[in-house]
Amino acid sequence: MASAKTDPHASGTARIGLYSSLLPLGLLIGLFYCWPAVAAGKVISVSYPWMPSLDLYLSFRLDGLSLLFGLIICGAGVLVTLYSAGYMAGHPQTGRYFFFLHSFMLSMLGIVTADNLLLLFVCWEGTTVFSYLLIGFDHESGKARDNARQALLVTGAGGLALLIGILLLKLAGGSYTISHWMDGGGTIRAHSLYPFILITVLLGAFTKSAQFPFHFWLPNAMSAPTPISAFLHAATMVKAGIYLLMRFHPLLGGTTAWMCTLVIVGGLTAVWSALQAFGPLDLKRVLAFTTTMALGMMTMFLGGQSAPVLTAAATFLLVHALYKAALFLAVGIIDHETGTRQLDRLGGLGRGMPLTALAVAAAACSMAGFPLFFGFIGKEIMYAGALAEDMFPQFATVAAVLANALMTAVAAVVLLGPFAGRRPSALPAVHDPSWTMWLGPVILGMLGIVFGVNPEWVSAYIIQPAVWAFHPAREEVLLTLFHGFNMPLLLSAVTLSLGALFYGVRRPLGRMITSIAERLPLSAGGSYDTGLYWFLKGAKGITRRLQNGSLHSYMTIILLVLVAAVAWPWMQRGVLTHPWPNLGDHFAAIGVVLVIGAATLVVLAAKNRLMAIGGLGAVGTGVALIFLMFGAPDIALTQLLIETLTLIIVSLVLLRLPPLEAAKKRRAYRRVMDGALALGAGWVMASLLMGVLQHPLDRSLTAFFEGHSYLAAHGRNIVNVILVDFRALDTFGEITVVVLAAWAGVALIRKTKEPS
Amino acid sequence: MRSVILKTATRLMVGLILIFAFYLLLRGHHEPGGGFAAALVAGTGFALFAIAEGPAKVRTAVRLRPTLIGMPGLAVAALSGLPAVFAGKPFLTGIWWTLGDPGSGQLTIGTPLFFDIGVFLAVLGAILSIILGLEEH
Amino acid sequence: MEGVLALLVGLVFAAAIYLMLSGVLVRFVFGFALASNAVNLLIFTAGRLAHDRPPLISVGQEVLSEPAANALPQALILTAIVIGFAMLTFLLVLLYRTYAETGTLNADDPRLMDEMQEDDTRGTHPPERGAA
Repeated sequence: MASAKTDPHASGTARIGLYSSLLPLGLLIGLFYCWPAVAAGKVISVSYPWMPSLDLYLSFRLDGLSLLFGLIICGAGVLVTLYSAGYMAGHPQTGRYFFFLHSFMLSMLGIVTADNLLLLFVCWEGTTVFSYLLIGFDHESGKARDNARQALLVTGAGGLALLIGILLLKLAGGSYTISHWMDGGGTIRAHSLYPFILITVLLGAFTKSAQFPFHFWLPNAMSAPTPISAFLHAATMVKAGIYLLMRFHPLLGGTTAWMCTLVIVGGLTAVWSALQAFGPLDLKRVLAFTTTMALGMMTMFLGGQSAPVLTAAATFLLVHALYKAALFLAVGIIDHETGTRQLDRLGGLGRGMPLTALAVAAAACSMAGFPLFFGFIGKEIMYAGALAEDMFPQFATVAAVLANALMTAVAAVVLLGPFAGRRPSALPAVHDPSWTMWLGPVILGMLGIVFGVNPEWVSAYIIQPAVWAFHPAREEVLLTLFHGFNMPLLLSAVTLSLGALFYGVRRPLGRMITSIAERLPLSAGGSYDTGLYWFLKGAKGITRRLQNGSLHSYMTIILLVLVAAVAWPWMQRGVLTHPWPNLGDHFAAIGVVLVIGAATLVVLAAKNRLMAIGGLGAVGTGVALIFLMFGAPDIALTQLLIETLTLIIVSLVLLRLPPLEAAKKRRAYRRVMDGALALGAGWVMASLLMGVLQHPLDRSLTAFFEGHSYLAAHGRNIVNVILVDFRALDTFGEITVVVLAAWAGVALIRKTKEPS
Repeated sequence: MRSVILKTATRLMVGLILIFAFYLLLRGHHEPGGGFAAALVAGTGFALFAIAEGPAKVRTAVRLRPTLIGMPGLAVAALSGLPAVFAGKPFLTGIWWTLGDPGSGQLTIGTPLFFDIGVFLAVLGAILSIILGLEEH
Repeated sequence: MEGVLALLVGLVFAAAIYLMLSGVLVRFVFGFALASNAVNLLIFTAGRLAHDRPPLISVGQEVLSEPAANALPQALILTAIVIGFAMLTFLLVLLYRTYAETGTLNADDPRLMDEMQEDDTRGTHPPERGAA
């Protein structure tokens, strides 16, 4: 890697990283600027119309909750961008990388600041797409592509469910505007659509935040570059589901269904993921499991109603973002410097990279929940919250203690595994990376300590405004360093001891969990694979049946549908009649009609090309005459000219094609079938036209053109004025088609070999 | 089909046909005609020329590559929509200027004229590129 | 008169469809050209044929005062004619190229039928248990 630093491309990458970190930095400064006002309870909002007819507005609002998420997103954004400058150095596609990264960041900010639900959905899908692109960033690896697709399918399906939920919400009398939600949730909760809204919204949140049974995509998403894992799959995107649950809390929360689902799903996810974290040797996978565990805890706490429970969720959100991002970035450093992140190949790195080791130590202590670290405060409030759950407090408490104890053990694994002990001989000598890379973990680790010793400040300026944004009761939120000798403190002590125990038995525990997971009869990841396999197989079967390549069957299907869909309702209307024309008035016109009819039959029966071309010419000319007779000189002229040109081009091409006489005749039964179908289609067209003629003609548009053609557009030829002025945009589209068709034609001619 | 009569007649005819096309283009706003018809007439003229003299002669006469006539045509049509945008109206709204004073007769010129010229060029470019491409192949 | 034209449209359209179903691609093109004509005629007739005066405003007048033919369908048909021509041309060139490549213009010829490509099933594993 040392050689990469002198490479001009690598230094270019570093520059892109440094400069583009100004974007999140600027946003962060903006948030700092708004912070005092928002912390004091003010809501800053702006709104621009986008598609007002669809109730879609570009409306944004910044309240306490948005601020908490915004600070995490932009703060982590700055550090991750700087970090990437070093981490991605020498990679050939850094431009794309930073574009995806920042596009993701803006979408994510959009989610947390959107005031319009449809806008939120658009940003939601934005994060899904950019997450897909970033997971599959190493697009030459089939595994990375599969993982990216898995994440896309799972979170994309959840996104669609969310959209359905949003639409149902509107149907149930809800509003697309989030600001209107703090009161009036009662009518939604009592509405008969409430269960469906709840299910769809929860599907959206659970898929995004990797809750059971959709938890399997997150560990696989670790094929993304490590800074991306830190940013998207630990600190921000996976929290979008949590954000959604918080936002919908005043609207949908508080019912038995809400509480049961969230507490049970969250608790199960937390414990099961925490156990699975012992299985893998890959440090990133270990961290991914702990992320799903953390998301499970937050989900579980959002099942509650009272201030302590919700505070636990909001506090843990911040705690987790700080330590998890730091750990991911540190794992990236280890990977970058040693070339591996397998636990069994690492050890003794502490001496070589003291700064990184220090940062990891701070983050791991926060994760384990030692006193004086922010994680300790988080854990205390979690226990207070679990005890105060409205539904299943015992279950919540046990789940929280168990998951946290496991977390403590994992924290020890992550810290001691790579950094303590002796360095394996296979490992090269290591040193701390450039400042852009160690800055992130160090700052995040230090913040864990700063927040840990100033919890009152954090609760007053970050957590309370956030909780109040989705907790209309506005009970006081207070975090303190020491809550006194009480139940949570006792549980903390239990957690640390249990954690030490789990650390002691980590290897047998890991083996046991892995073998249990392998023996489960039905696994979520396996069901996904099976489902995808059968889905693709089914799609292929249908395609093979429908897209069989036969022009005849395509046309037959289309025509049958046309005849059936139009003719059947039409027949219910009775016989259509139209008065016969006075032969004397339209003598010439009737004659032309007869000529066209005869010429059509000639084309139909033509045995050679010349006859057919002649018949076609007669039909076209006859139509032109009809136009001329009924007051349409413009189109008559155009039609005649087109006939001439068609004749030239048809003869140029047809002379080089095989003669009609050589063509095989259709079998008799097929002639009858085709004939019946053709007659049916012709009958449909004729009767449609007859039907139109039955109704009085609305000439208001024509009257407008007749009245304004000269006065507004200075033209006496109304047809031309419509083409070049009133409907010029249509005409522009049409000439574009003409030019493109010609270009495509020329391209086809140029590459053609002379036919044999 | 390189008959002397056709060749001689064509030389006379093509000039007349092109002038007629130009006339149709300009009068189209008030009388039957316009960009589409004019382009078809001009295209027919060039097709006749190509039959009589061969496509190479047409290419020399036209100078520009026919595929490069259609694109500028589209561009002219699109550009003719811009003045309206600058005037704060929807794209492609007609904007008119009146030249001369009311006493000695006025000339009104508007963006739709340029739009029609764009239509003419686009359609002519399309016809020429296909006909010449087929003739040469 | 409109009723007669409605019948004519039906006739031309039926002939067009019959030709397009024939399986001989040259006939398909003939059918396509007929169908263009039928549809143009349909739009024209739907706008009524009550007047045979063209929709032109006479010199000296500012609005069209005397009754005249319906201008709107005419504007629609004019571009439809040109687009139909462009499509017909493209179709012809496509046929030419197809014939040069495959040596056949019979739509049911296996050389012309799209062969279903065995698309890759990479990344989709046959049903087996993966990690939870």
